[in-house]
Amino acid sequence: MHDLVALTALGGTTPRVDTVGPVTCSEVPDVALASVTARLGHEAATQDELARLIGTATPTAQRFAGDPVTAFWSGPDQWMIEAPIATHEDLAAHVKTAVGTVASVTEQTDAWARFDLRGDGVNAVLELLCQLDLRQFQSGHVARGAVHHIGCFILCRSADHVSLYGPRSSAGSLHHAVLAAMRSAH
Amino acid sequence: MTQVNRLTGGQIDRDTTLKFYFDGRSFTAHPGDTLASALLANNVRLIGRSFKYHRPRGLLTAGSEEPNGMVELRAGARKEPNTRATTIEMYDGLIANSQNRWPSLRFDALAVNDLFSNFLSAGFYYKTFMWPAAFWEKLYEPIIRRAAGLGSLSMQADPDEYDKGFRHCDLLIIGAGPAGLMAALTAGRAGADVILADEDFTLGGRLNSETFSVGDHSAPDWTAQTVAELLAMPNVRLMPRTTVIGAFDHGIYGAVERTGDHLPSLPAGKPRQILWRIYTQKALLCAGATERPIAFENNDRPGIMTASALRTYANRFAVTASPRVAIFTSNDDGHRTADDLHAKGVKIAAVVDVREDAPLSYDYEVLKGAQVINTRGRLGLSFVEVALPDGSTRTLDCGALGVSGGWNPNVHLTCHQRGRPVWNEALAAFVPGENLPVGMSVAGSANGVMSTHGALRSGAEAAAAALDLTTQPDLPEAEDAPMALKPFWYVQGCKRAWVDQQNDVTVKDVKLSYQEGFRSVEHLKRYTTLGMATDQGKTSNITGLAIMAEVAGKSIPETGTTIFRPPYTPVPIGAFAGRMTGKDFHPTRLTPSHHWAKERGAVFVEAGNWLRAQWFPLPGETHWRDSVDREVRQTRASVGVCDCTTLGKIDVQGTDAAEFLNRVYANGFAKLAVGKTRYGLMLREDGMVMDDGTAARLAEDHFVVTTTTANAVSVYRHMEFVRQCLFPDMDVQLISTTDGWAQYAVAGPNSRKLLQKIVDPEFDISNEAFPFMACGKITVCGGLRARLFRISFSGELAFEIAVPSRYGDALMRRLMTEGKEFDVTPYGTEALSVMRIEKGHPVGNELNGTTTALNLGLGKMVSKKKDSVGSVLSEREALTAPDVLKLVGLKPVNPEEKITAGGHLMNIDGPVDATHDQGYVTSAAYSPNLNSHIGLGLLKRGDARMGEKMRLVSPLTELNVEVEIVSAHFVDPEGERLRA
Repeated sequence: MHDLVALTALGGTTPRVDTVGPVTCSEVPDVALASVTARLGHEAATQDELARLIGTATPTAQRFAGDPVTAFWSGPDQWMIEAPIATHEDLAAHVKTAVGTVASVTEQTDAWARFDLRGDGVNAVLELLCQLDLRQFQSGHVARGAVHHIGCFILCRSADHVSLYGPRSSAGSLHHAVLAAMRSAH
Repeated sequence: MTQVNRLTGGQIDRDTTLKFYFDGRSFTAHPGDTLASALLANNVRLIGRSFKYHRPRGLLTAGSEEPNGMVELRAGARKEPNTRATTIEMYDGLIANSQNRWPSLRFDALAVNDLFSNFLSAGFYYKTFMWPAAFWEKLYEPIIRRAAGLGSLSMQADPDEYDKGFRHCDLLIIGAGPAGLMAALTAGRAGADVILADEDFTLGGRLNSETFSVGDHSAPDWTAQTVAELLAMPNVRLMPRTTVIGAFDHGIYGAVERTGDHLPSLPAGKPRQILWRIYTQKALLCAGATERPIAFENNDRPGIMTASALRTYANRFAVTASPRVAIFTSNDDGHRTADDLHAKGVKIAAVVDVREDAPLSYDYEVLKGAQVINTRGRLGLSFVEVALPDGSTRTLDCGALGVSGGWNPNVHLTCHQRGRPVWNEALAAFVPGENLPVGMSVAGSANGVMSTHGALRSGAEAAAAALDLTTQPDLPEAEDAPMALKPFWYVQGCKRAWVDQQNDVTVKDVKLSYQEGFRSVEHLKRYTTLGMATDQGKTSNITGLAIMAEVAGKSIPETGTTIFRPPYTPVPIGAFAGRMTGKDFHPTRLTPSHHWAKERGAVFVEAGNWLRAQWFPLPGETHWRDSVDREVRQTRASVGVCDCTTLGKIDVQGTDAAEFLNRVYANGFAKLAVGKTRYGLMLREDGMVMDDGTAARLAEDHFVVTTTTANAVSVYRHMEFVRQCLFPDMDVQLISTTDGWAQYAVAGPNSRKLLQKIVDPEFDISNEAFPFMACGKITVCGGLRARLFRISFSGELAFEIAVPSRYGDALMRRLMTEGKEFDVTPYGTEALSVMRIEKGHPVGNELNGTTTALNLGLGKMVSKKKDSVGSVLSEREALTAPDVLKLVGLKPVNPEEKITAGGHLMNIDGPVDATHDQGYVTSAAYSPNLNSHIGLGLLKRGDARMGEKMRLVSPLTELNVEVEIVSAHFVDPEGERLRA
C-alpha cells in the first residue's frame, strides 16, 4: 500500500461542504470513473456487457442507470462508469475486464471533480448555472453542458439531489460559480 | 414643502413615508411611488437639462419610454447616469441628482447654447469643425463633449453583482397589461408552462392607470385578483421588474430582471440584476402602446407631458403635476385624461382639441379646432398660448399641459429579426407586420387593438391560438371605445418645436435634413440623431417620419419606417457580464502541484486558462533572472522537476489506433513498438505544421498522445475531425485525459537516481531496461499506479512521470524530499523555455501557423512512404522554394547584447527595409550555460548560412544588434545526455 496522501479537487484533505439556505454543496472525492466507448461494429455487444456490469439495462441517451456501479451516457455509444472508490480504486481495469475487446476503456477518476447539490431549492441554483430545461430534467437524467463556461456533466439523482462533474483542474472556478449561484438564489 | 401635489386614491402606501434626496434636498414619498411621481408630488417639475441646448426639462411620460426625466441615481461607485425617473421604484434613502448642468440645475451656465441655437442646428459639427484637422481630437471634441451630453460616469468599477440565468416555457408573455394578463389566464388555466414578464414593479400595465371597470371590479382590483390567481398556478411564473430586451434566434428571448434596484442596499451575495435567457416554444408580445406627443413651439417646458402620463400620475400615483392643467389633443383619449383629472379635483384650464367636431364636456371648456402655438414660463410651464379657429389667440394659465397625438403600438420586439411594421391608416400608426420572429404573435394595443375589451379578447385569442387551445375563459366586460383621432403631428409655423427631446431635435432640424438631401429615414436618423440615445426614439420616431413625409409630399409608409434593434431599454454592461468579472472573467485551471507551488512562493503565469509556475524564487534572489538561471543550472547540473500536467493528453484506442496516428502524424507510427514513445509532427490539411508532441504506445491498441498546452483543444478537435469525417471506417476511439494525470518532468543527470528512490523496485528503469523513448505502466511509493515516459524536452537525461491527479501534490512533495541529496530544484516555465531554446526545440513561437516542417528543419519527418493529413500540400512550390526560411540559432557577437524576439534579420550591408528582410527571431533567452543571450529564428536559407554575421533590427524600437548564425542546438547537439 502506498503512503501518498490524496488531495480533493479543491486542494483539501477532507471534502468541502457549503450550505446556503436550503441547499448544500458537497465535494465528492470518493468516486472512481472510467469511460467506455464501443468499438466499431461492437455497439450492441458493448451495451450487453455494460448491462451485465451495472446490473440493469444500459442507459440510453441522456440517461443513467445502475447502483452501486452506475453508467451515465456521455455521447453516442459512449458512457462514463461511476463507482465508489473504496471498492473500485482501479475501476478502469475492472471495467476493461468486463467489456473485453468490444469497447475501449479509459481511466477518468481524477479527470473530473464532482460536486453534489442537495436541498429543496436546487433548481433555483441550477437555473443560474446551466441552460437545461429543468421542467424536463428528471431523476435518472444526465446532461452535458456548460456551467460558467466549463464543460460539465449534470446528473439528476432525485428532485432535490443533483451531481455536477467538471474538469478537475477547474474545480475551484466551478465551485466558486456554484457558491455564487447558491448565494444569489437563496 | 411636503407632497403638495398629492391627490386622493392611488396605489401608494400612505401609511409608510419614505425619505429621498434630489440634488441634495430632502423630500418624502410613499411605497408605490416612482422617483418621477414623488418629484411631482413634491412640486418638482424641473429635473434636468437637455442634451445640446441645456434647456430646462421635466418629465414627458410615466413609463420606460421617457426621453427627458433622467437622473444620476445613487452615489459613489454605484452612481448610474441617465436613469429614467419614471422607472425608478422609490425606496427609503434614495439619492438622485440632476445631470448635464453646471453649476446648478436652476442656473446652468451652458444654457447660453440655447441663444446660439441657429449655429447649433442638425449637422452643425459635421460642417463646423472641419479645419484644422489636428484641432479635432485635442480641442473641438473635448469642448463638445463637455458641453453636450447627459449623465456622467462614476469612473469607478461597479461594485454590485449581476447574474445570468436560463428559463424555459411553453409561452412567454411579454407585458402584463389587459392582453398579457388575459393571455396568461388562458394559457395558465390550460396547464401550459407560462412566463409572464413585465417591466413594471406592479403588474397590470395601463389597467393601473385607468378608472373604468373590468367586469364587476375596478381595473386595478380586477388586475390584483387576476395576478393572485396566476400566482397560485404552479405552471405560471410571474416576473415583474423584468424587461424583455430582445427577440433572438430559435425562440430565445433576453430579459433583464431588476432584482435589487428597488432595495436601499443589496443583501450580501444577491445580484442587482439578472440577465435571463428565456427559451420559448411560443411568445406573445403584449407590450402595449406609447402615446405620442404633438410638436409645437416651446413644447419642451417642464410641466408639458403626454396626456396619458398625467392620467397615470393622477390615478395610479395620486399626483398631479400642477393644480391647474390644460390638455392639447387630436383624439378622444385626451378628453379621458381631462375627465379623470377633473374627477380628482384638478382644475382643467381647457381642453384644446384640433378637431372641429371634438366632443364637449359639462365639466370643463373644450376649445374645438384650436391649437397650442406657444408656451411661456421660466424653468417650467406657466402659460399656454392657443390659436382659435377664428384666428384669435388665447392664453391659458396652467402649470401642466397634457398632450395627446394618438398612440403608437410598441412593435419593437417584432422588428428584432428584421420584421417590418406596416402602416395602419385608422390608427395613424405602424402595427406589426406579417414577418414576425418565429413563434411570436402579438396581442392587445401592441397589435393595434386599442380598447380594453379588445385587448382582453385578443390576449385570450392569441394565447389559445399559440397553444392550440379549444377553450378560452369568459371575457369580463370592459370599455370598448373606438379610436377616434385626427392625425396631427405638429403645429404649422412653429420654429423650435421639439420632436426628439432627448437629442434636442426640432421640426426645423427634420426639415433641414430633407433640404440637405438626407431624406431616407436612416439618413434622417444619422444626420439629426433623431431616435438615438437611451430612449431610442420611442416618443419621437413616428413624428419625425411624419414630418419628413409631409415635406417630401409622400405618405408615411412611402417615406419608410425605422425598425428596432435590441435592447428594448438600456441594460447595464454589468448585466451582460454577469459573474464573469475581474479574476472570474474566465475559469482558471490549476495544476496538481499548484497548492504546493503557492506554498513555495512560486510566481504564476497564465497559459490559456492554466496558471503555471513561472519560477520559484529563493530568499536573496532579487530578480527573476536570478531564479531562472539557478533553476536551469541546477537542473543541468543535477536534477529539476517541472509540472507538465498542462500538456494535452489524448487517449487513443482501437484496433486501428496505430494506423489512425499514422495518418494524423506526418511521420510514421504504424510500426512503433509497444513500450516506446515517438516524437510526432502533425500537419494541418494545408500542409503547415499544426502541433508537435509525443505518442506513447502502451498496448497494441492503446496510445497516449501528448500535445502542446496551447493546442490541446485544437489538436483534439482536429483528431476528432479526422476520425469522424475523414476516416469514419476506422476503429478508433479518442478521449481527453489531460486532467486525470499529474505529470512531472524529472530532468537532469541525477533524474534516474531520484526516480529510482520512488519507483517500486520491481520496475527496472536503468538505461538498458528503460532506454531513451521508453514508456510503461509502473507503480510508485509502494503500489500507486503510475506511467513513466523517458522523454526529454530539456535535452538532459529526463523522464516524465504521471500519477492520478489526486496524488500529484504528494508526489511533488515526495520528489522534493527524496531529491534533497541531489540538490533537486523545481523549475518553472521560464527555465523550461530557456532549456528548450538551448536545445533548439520548437514551441508555439515557432509553430506559429505560418511554418512548415521544412522551415523547422524537420522536413525529413514528413514521410513519403505513406499518406498523411497535410503531406501533399506541404510540397507546394512556394513552400519548398530554395530560399525558404529555416530554423537557426542566433548569438550576439557581443555576448553582453541581447537577442530580442520579434526582431528582423538583415544582411550586414544593405538597406534595412521589408524588401531586404531575411527572416525574424522567434524565441530568445539568456543562457546561463553559455553565459550569453541566445535565440532561435527563421532565416532564408538559414541552414546554409552558419557562421554568417547579420544585423538583428527593429526599426520601431531602434534595435540594431550584430548576431552570428549558429546551429539551433546550443547544448548537447549530438543528444548524448538524453540517452545517458
